[in-house]
Amino acid sequence: MADLSVDICGIPFKNPVIPASGVFGYGREYEQFYPLSKLGGIATKGTTGTKRTGNIAPRVAETPAGMLNSVGLQNPGIDAFIERELPHLLSCDTVILANIAGSTAEECAEVAAKLDHTAVHMIELNISCPNVKQGGAAFGTSCTAAAQVTAAVRKATSKPLCVKLSPNVTSITEIAKAVEAEGADAVSLINTLLGMRIDLKTRRPILHNNMGGFSGPAVFPVAVRMVWQVANAVSIPVIGMGGVSSGEDAAELMMAGASAVQVGTAIVQDPYAPLRIIDELNDWLDRNHIDSAAELTGTVKPW
Amino acid sequence: MKQDKYTEKLTYPVRGMTQLTAAAWSMVIGCPEIAQKAQPGQFVDLLPEGGFTLRRPISICEIDKAAGTLRIVFEVRGKGTKALSELRAGDTVNMLAPLGHGFTLPEKDARVILVGGGIGTPPMLPLAQYSGKNAVVISGFRNADAAILQEDFAKTGAKTVLCTDDGSAGRSGLVTLPLEEEIQAETPALICACGPMPMLRATAALAKQYGIPCQVSLEERMGCGIGACLVCACRTRDKNGGEQFLHVCKNGPVFDAEEVVW
Repeated sequence: MADLSVDICGIPFKNPVIPASGVFGYGREYEQFYPLSKLGGIATKGTTGTKRTGNIAPRVAETPAGMLNSVGLQNPGIDAFIERELPHLLSCDTVILANIAGSTAEECAEVAAKLDHTAVHMIELNISCPNVKQGGAAFGTSCTAAAQVTAAVRKATSKPLCVKLSPNVTSITEIAKAVEAEGADAVSLINTLLGMRIDLKTRRPILHNNMGGFSGPAVFPVAVRMVWQVANAVSIPVIGMGGVSSGEDAAELMMAGASAVQVGTAIVQDPYAPLRIIDELNDWLDRNHIDSAAELTGTVKPW
Repeated sequence: MKQDKYTEKLTYPVRGMTQLTAAAWSMVIGCPEIAQKAQPGQFVDLLPEGGFTLRRPISICEIDKAAGTLRIVFEVRGKGTKALSELRAGDTVNMLAPLGHGFTLPEKDARVILVGGGIGTPPMLPLAQYSGKNAVVISGFRNADAAILQEDFAKTGAKTVLCTDDGSAGRSGLVTLPLEEEIQAETPALICACGPMPMLRATAALAKQYGIPCQVSLEERMGCGIGACLVCACRTRDKNGGEQFLHVCKNGPVFDAEEVVW
């Protein structure tokens, strides 16, 4: 049994596997399958200043080795989250990364300020949602906007701040450096890639929002590449995600530079995916006589 | 699929597989614990083998608690359902079940009208088995070749009315005609329906016109199947008359027709 624990921004995680924001809601639906304490952490559903209803369905489309989604940040708002969901999540003996989003830097800062008074472990600022008209990826695709929203949130909270980056940019390393310069304690990447599918019979896009976020095993090589680039460009920890669906994937993303991994689409398919990935990672470490998962981070030997 | 201890938890034996029409298949799955819990109107979520990302939600057609089995009837619509149709007795299937919020059952002796359209007909069978002779089952299909489950409905003791679009079997035309006749003949305590959106809309409108409670089973492209990922949104009215998105997998698939924004 290898030591699976990792440390990110001084927060101890019992293992490096974290359900990604969006697929896991606020955790309740998964408690019928296993205690949430088995997870390294939970990135909660993206939460905004006020309630959002989300986009019109269809919000999902299957693709080869992946899927598109366009939920559009449906959530009950930060006050409802803090009152109804957070107390329970904090009792689950796992690290809680509260994922937040907003239409403006001010909204993001207000949400962060409200969380600052709670016992949440880390704030994950989403500047990369592809499915909303305002805010979302608009923050994450320019260095100036990414820096501004990070600075605003940084002022609003002393919690460890992780900024979740969009892959839909020319240079993700420039964005990563911009948010690091404004006080981000970590970055997480990649959010979904912008994609589209069309129904041949109706000539309508399958998603009512026309475009949506592309995720799943198909995007894993893009995630490995971007995690590697960003890990080499910044000195803050990187949380990697994008198509992770096995323990081997987790090990690979950690070698590329991730301190921990998030799992999204694999959970949509199989609620047990995070537990299987934890077991597989442990088995892989044991088979390769590696004592600690944390030793993997950034150990790729590039040509 | 790799068989680890977590996948095993979701793996169930296929007990039987029968082709009903050119497109429709009937599958019996051995799952005693799930059969004990399952309610009419709930669904199962099957992961086809062959590299598919998403599960296929299929409503439950029969619950046999004594045999410990569920029966589902589905149509081959694409590659995923094609792969499911290739399973045979002795194979296994990866399944999450029972899922969703089913029908709220009426009193056993209450008159109910069950309306099924095409591949929306199967979830009406457990209701017909429950209400027996107090049920009227009105089912509509494109033509005689597409008609399914007529013998199963007859066995329940329910009155059955078959409609086809082209008149090749039963009555010619839409299910709403016999539905209105049955309502006028004797007001039912409840109407339950599952089928294409235009049929559900028309059924809900008739129910409203006659002031009869109506429950509808809806369909939407689905993700996790358990209410976490929020993709299968259904536009509904909240208590204050505002609109909100509920989710077919958790709040549904069965909704009160009054609740749905048609």
